Amino acid sequence: MRGLWSDRKRLWLLLGYAAASAALFAAPLYLSDFRLNLLAKFLAFAIVALGLDLLWGYTGVLSLGHGVFFGLGAYAMGMHLKLAASGGRLPDFMDWSGLTSLPWFWQPFKSFPAAVLLGILIPSLLALFLGFFTFRNRIKGVYFTILTQALVIIVTTLFVGQQAYTGGTNGLTGFTELLGSPLRSDGMKSALYLATVIALIAAYALCRYLTTSRMGKVLRAIRDGENRVRFLGYDPATYQMATFAVSGALAGLAGMLFVLHVGIISPSMMGIVPSIEMILWVAIGGRGTLVGALIGTLALNYAKSGLSEAYPEIWTIFLGALFIVVTVFLPGGIVGLIRKGAGSVRKKTGRGNAHHEPDVHPVLRGSNRSV
Amino acid sequence: MKRMTWLKSAGLAVSLSVALAGCGNNDKDGASSPPASSSAASSPAASGGDTIKVGILHSLSGTMSISEVTVKNSESMAIDEINAKGGVLGKKIEPIVEDGASDWPTFAEKARKLLSEDKVATVFGGWTSASRKAMLPVFEELNGLLWYPVQYEGLESSPNIFYTGATTNQQIVPSVDYLLEQGKKKFFLLGSDYVFPRTANKIIKAQLAAKGGETVAEEYTPLGHTDYTTIIAKIKEAKPDVVYNTLNGDSNVAFFKQLKDANIAAADLTTLSVSIAEEEVKGIGPDFLAGHLVAWNYYQTTDTPENKTFVENFKAKYGADSVTSDPMEAGYTAVYLWAAAVEKAGSFDVDKVKAAAKGIEWNAPEGKVTIDGDNQHIYKTVRIGEIQPDGMIKELWNSGSPVKPDPYLKGYDWAKDLSAGS
Amino acid sequence: MEMWITQLFNGLSVSSILLLIALGLSVTFGLMGVINMAHGEFTMIGSYAAYLTQNASKAQLPERMSDAYFPVAPAASFLVAFAIGYLLELLLIRHLYGRPLDSLLATWGVGLVLQQIARSIFGAPNVAVNSPSWLNGGLHVMEGVDLPYKRLFILALVAVCLAAMYVYINRSHSGRRMRAVMQNREMAACLGISTRRVDGMTFAIGSGIAGIAGCALTLIGPIGPNIGTYYIVDAFMVVVLGGVGKLIGTVLGALGIGVFNTMFEWWSTASLGKVFVFLCIVAFLQWKPKGLFAVRTRQLD
Repeated sequence: MRGLWSDRKRLWLLLGYAAASAALFAAPLYLSDFRLNLLAKFLAFAIVALGLDLLWGYTGVLSLGHGVFFGLGAYAMGMHLKLAASGGRLPDFMDWSGLTSLPWFWQPFKSFPAAVLLGILIPSLLALFLGFFTFRNRIKGVYFTILTQALVIIVTTLFVGQQAYTGGTNGLTGFTELLGSPLRSDGMKSALYLATVIALIAAYALCRYLTTSRMGKVLRAIRDGENRVRFLGYDPATYQMATFAVSGALAGLAGMLFVLHVGIISPSMMGIVPSIEMILWVAIGGRGTLVGALIGTLALNYAKSGLSEAYPEIWTIFLGALFIVVTVFLPGGIVGLIRKGAGSVRKKTGRGNAHHEPDVHPVLRGSNRSV
Repeated sequence: MKRMTWLKSAGLAVSLSVALAGCGNNDKDGASSPPASSSAASSPAASGGDTIKVGILHSLSGTMSISEVTVKNSESMAIDEINAKGGVLGKKIEPIVEDGASDWPTFAEKARKLLSEDKVATVFGGWTSASRKAMLPVFEELNGLLWYPVQYEGLESSPNIFYTGATTNQQIVPSVDYLLEQGKKKFFLLGSDYVFPRTANKIIKAQLAAKGGETVAEEYTPLGHTDYTTIIAKIKEAKPDVVYNTLNGDSNVAFFKQLKDANIAAADLTTLSVSIAEEEVKGIGPDFLAGHLVAWNYYQTTDTPENKTFVENFKAKYGADSVTSDPMEAGYTAVYLWAAAVEKAGSFDVDKVKAAAKGIEWNAPEGKVTIDGDNQHIYKTVRIGEIQPDGMIKELWNSGSPVKPDPYLKGYDWAKDLSAGS
Repeated sequence: MEMWITQLFNGLSVSSILLLIALGLSVTFGLMGVINMAHGEFTMIGSYAAYLTQNASKAQLPERMSDAYFPVAPAASFLVAFAIGYLLELLLIRHLYGRPLDSLLATWGVGLVLQQIARSIFGAPNVAVNSPSWLNGGLHVMEGVDLPYKRLFILALVAVCLAAMYVYINRSHSGRRMRAVMQNREMAACLGISTRRVDGMTFAIGSGIAGIAGCALTLIGPIGPNIGTYYIVDAFMVVVLGGVGKLIGTVLGALGIGVFNTMFEWWSTASLGKVFVFLCIVAFLQWKPKGLFAVRTRQLD
C-alpha cells in the first residue's frame, strides 16, 4: 500500500481525478442543451455500471437483473414527480383506470426525501432479499444469471399488468416540477446535471473505497476461488449479499437521476435488453476496473447514440458487431487495451506488482468450469 | 506503473467524453443527410438555405419496427412528391430520419435531438401511445410540432401535437354501434396488455352497458404473447357473439392462426379488430383472416381518385407487392396537411403554422379530411370492412361523411364518467 | 371435463414448442457450456428458411402442388440453421469455450446482427407462411374437444427430434465422440478425437434443431425478425429447470413450465400466469439449485 501512496503517484492520481472532475463540472459551459442532457443521462448510467462492476468485475457475480433495480429507483422518483405534477389530484392514468383514491403505497412518495430514500432502499432491500436465498443456497455462475433474468420477467410483467397502479406500458411521464420549481428551466437542468456529477463522484469514491479495502480483497478472492475463501473461514454469501445490495442501491440511485433527466420511466427500461446492455457497458470498458466501467458506459452510449443518428436503418448491425469484437477479442475491454499498450513500459521498469489491479482472465475462468 | 495507467485511463475518459460529445455535435451536419431521402440536397445550413428540415421519428429497429417502417416509407414518399412539385414555400423538404428503436426514452431523446440540434420545422412520428406520451413533454417544452399518424385511445389533446389517426369516436365507438346493430350483444374483449386496449375496453364496456350489450369477459395478454390456446378455450367457454380484438402486432398472428386451428371460422364467431390493416393481413396470411371484420378510416380499396394515385405511386416506389394501410395513409396525409398549413401561414414558425392549420381541408386518399381547430385532430370517415381471401379489405359500411373528432367523448352521455377529471 | 382435456392438451402443445426450442439449447448450453443468446435467432433463421422454401415451391411447382413444400421445409430449416451454426462456431464460438458469461454477451451481439440482417433482407413486417391444407382442422375426440392437427404434428415432430437425438448421442459413433469430448476434453483429445470438429458439429446440431423449431413455429405464430426474442428466456428456464446436460431433464422442464403456464393462465390472466410460473421457477431453483436432474459431481469449483 505504501507503493500506492508514494507522493509522486499520488500527485498524478489526484491530478487525473481533478482533471476529470473539472471537465465534467464545466460541461454546461461547452455543451449544447441536448448534448448536456445526453451526457447527464450517460453519467447516470455510469453509476449503475460502477455498481455492476463491483458485483461482476470484482466479485464475479453476473446479474442480468439490474434493469429491475434501476427501474425501481426510477419509479420511486417518477411516482414523486407524478404526484407533484398532478397537484393534489389523482394521477391521470389512475383516473382512466378507474381508481378513485391514491393507493397506500403511493402515499409516502408525496415527500421528496422519502422518495429519494425509498428509491435507494427498495432496490437494495430487494437485492438483499434475493441474495439472501440465492447466495446462501450457493446458486452461482450461470444459474444466478438466469435467475436474475427470471426476476426481470416477473417484475416487468407485473408492472405492465398492473396499469392502474404503475401506468402500464406507458410508464410514468408528464412531469412538470421538482420541489416547486419547474423541471425544465435552465437553472434546474444545470443543477440536476451537477447533482448527477456529484452522485457519480460519490459512487466512484464509495466503490473505490470498497475495492481497495480489506473487503475488496475478499471479494476478489471470492471471484477467483469461492470455496477456498469458504475454507479460510469467511462466509462468501455475506459478502456477496452485501455487494449485491450496494450494487442494487447504486442502480436505484442511477434510476432516480435518469428519470430527472429523461422525464419518463416505463417497464421497457427494466427489461432484459437494458439489463444486458448495462453489462456490456462494463464489459466494453474493462471489467474489474472501476474507471473501465465509466469509460465503457460513456463510450458505448455515445457510440449507440452516434451510430443510430448516422445510420438509423442499420445501426444495430454495427452495435452487435461491436459487442462481438470486444467480448471475443478484447476481453479486457478498453482499459485492457490501454494496459496492453502500457505493458511494454511496465516491463521496462519491472514494477507494478505491489498493488495489483486484477488481471481480467480470472473472471473469465470464473466458477463455471463445471457447467 | 498502475497509477500511470490509471492516469492515462482517466485522461482518456475525459478526452473521450469531450471528443465524442464534440463528434456528436458535428454529426448532425454530416450524418443527417446520407440515410435520408437521396433527393434532398445536403446543405447544412437548413433554414437559411433552400431546404427546410423535418424529422421522421419511427421505430426502425426492435419489436415495433414491424409496423412503423411502412409509415416511415409513406411519409418519405409524401415528402418526395412535394419536393418534386417544388417543395413548400419554395424550399425543398429535407427529411432527417431517426430511429426510436421501440424504446420510449429513446423517442424522447431523439425528439429532443431533432428539435434542439437539427432545428427541424416539424416531426412526423410515433406509433404506440407510450412513444407519444414520452415525446409529448419534449414537444411542449421546446414548442415543437409533432404529427402523430396512428389511431389511439383519445383522452389527450396537446397543443403541440396534431393527431391524424382516428380517436375513439372515429373508430371504436361507431364500430361497437355497428356490431350492436348487427344483433351482436355479447362481447368478449381481448387485448394486449397496454394502454390502448385497456382504455378502449373501458369505453366499450360503458357503451355496452348503456346500449343493452353485455361484456362476457375481458382478457389481456402480455405484448409479444404467442400462445392463445388458453384464451381460445376461454372464448369457447364464454360463447360470445363477437370478439372485440385490440391485440397488437405479432400477437394477432398467433391468435388468428390458432383460432383457425381450433376450428373456429369467421362464420362461427365474428371478430372485429382495430389493429389489423392490409400490412398485417399480409404478414398473417389472408387464409387465416378471410371473413373477419376490421374498423378503420381507410382501406387500400377505398374508392377515391386520390387513393388511386396514392396506391399506384406507393407500389411504383416500394414494389408491386407492397400494400397501403390506414396508418400509412394517415402519415402521408400528415405531411400534406403540414405543407398546406405552412403555405397558408407563409412561414415555418410553429405558432403560425398551428394557427393556420385550423380548418384546413384536404382531399386525402381516404376522402376529405379537415383539421379541427379545437383539438388538433382531423375529421375522418369511419369504415367497417371485411377481410377478403386476396388480402384486401372490402368496405361493408361507412359513416357517410367525415366524423368530427371528440377525443374526450364529450358528446356522449354514457361516457361522462370516463372523461371526468382528465 | 372437456375443459380439462383441452387444457391439458394445450399445456402439452405449449410444452412441445418450448421443448423444441430448448432441445437445441440444451445441446449448446448443456453440453458445451455456451450460453447462446442468439439461439432464438436460429429459430428465426429456420422460420425464414421455411418461408423461402414455400416461395420457391410456389414459383416452381403447379398450383395444386402448393403444399408440396412442407415436407421439405423442416429439412431445409435444419440445414440452413446447421450451416450458419457451423459457420458461427468456426468464426466465433470457438474463442469462447470456458467463458460462459462472455459467450452470453458475444452471442447477444450476434443476435442483434442476425435480426438486423433479417430485417434488411425480408423487411421489418411479418411474412406469411401458409400451412399445408392437410394440416388444417383437427381431430375430433369428443364433444367440445378438438385436437388441432398442427399441434399433433408438432408433437410428432418433437418426438422424432428427441428420438433422433437420443439415438445420435447414445448410439452413433460421432455421438459417442461428442459425449467423450464433453466429459473429458483432454482425455478425448489424447485418444485421437478431433475436438475441434466435434465442437463444430455439436454447435451446428444444436442450431439445426433450433431451425426445426423455427419451422414448426411458422404453423402457429408470427414470422418476423424479432420472433427469436419471444422464446429465448423461456427456453433457458426450461434448460436450467430441467438440469443442465440431461435430455430427460429438459423434457420434464418443458412439460412443467408448459402445463403450469396454461393452468395458471386458465385460472387467472395471461400476465399473472406468467408471473406465477416464473416465481415458481425461482422458488424451485432455491430448493434444487442445479435443476431437476443434476449431473452429480464431486467437483467443487
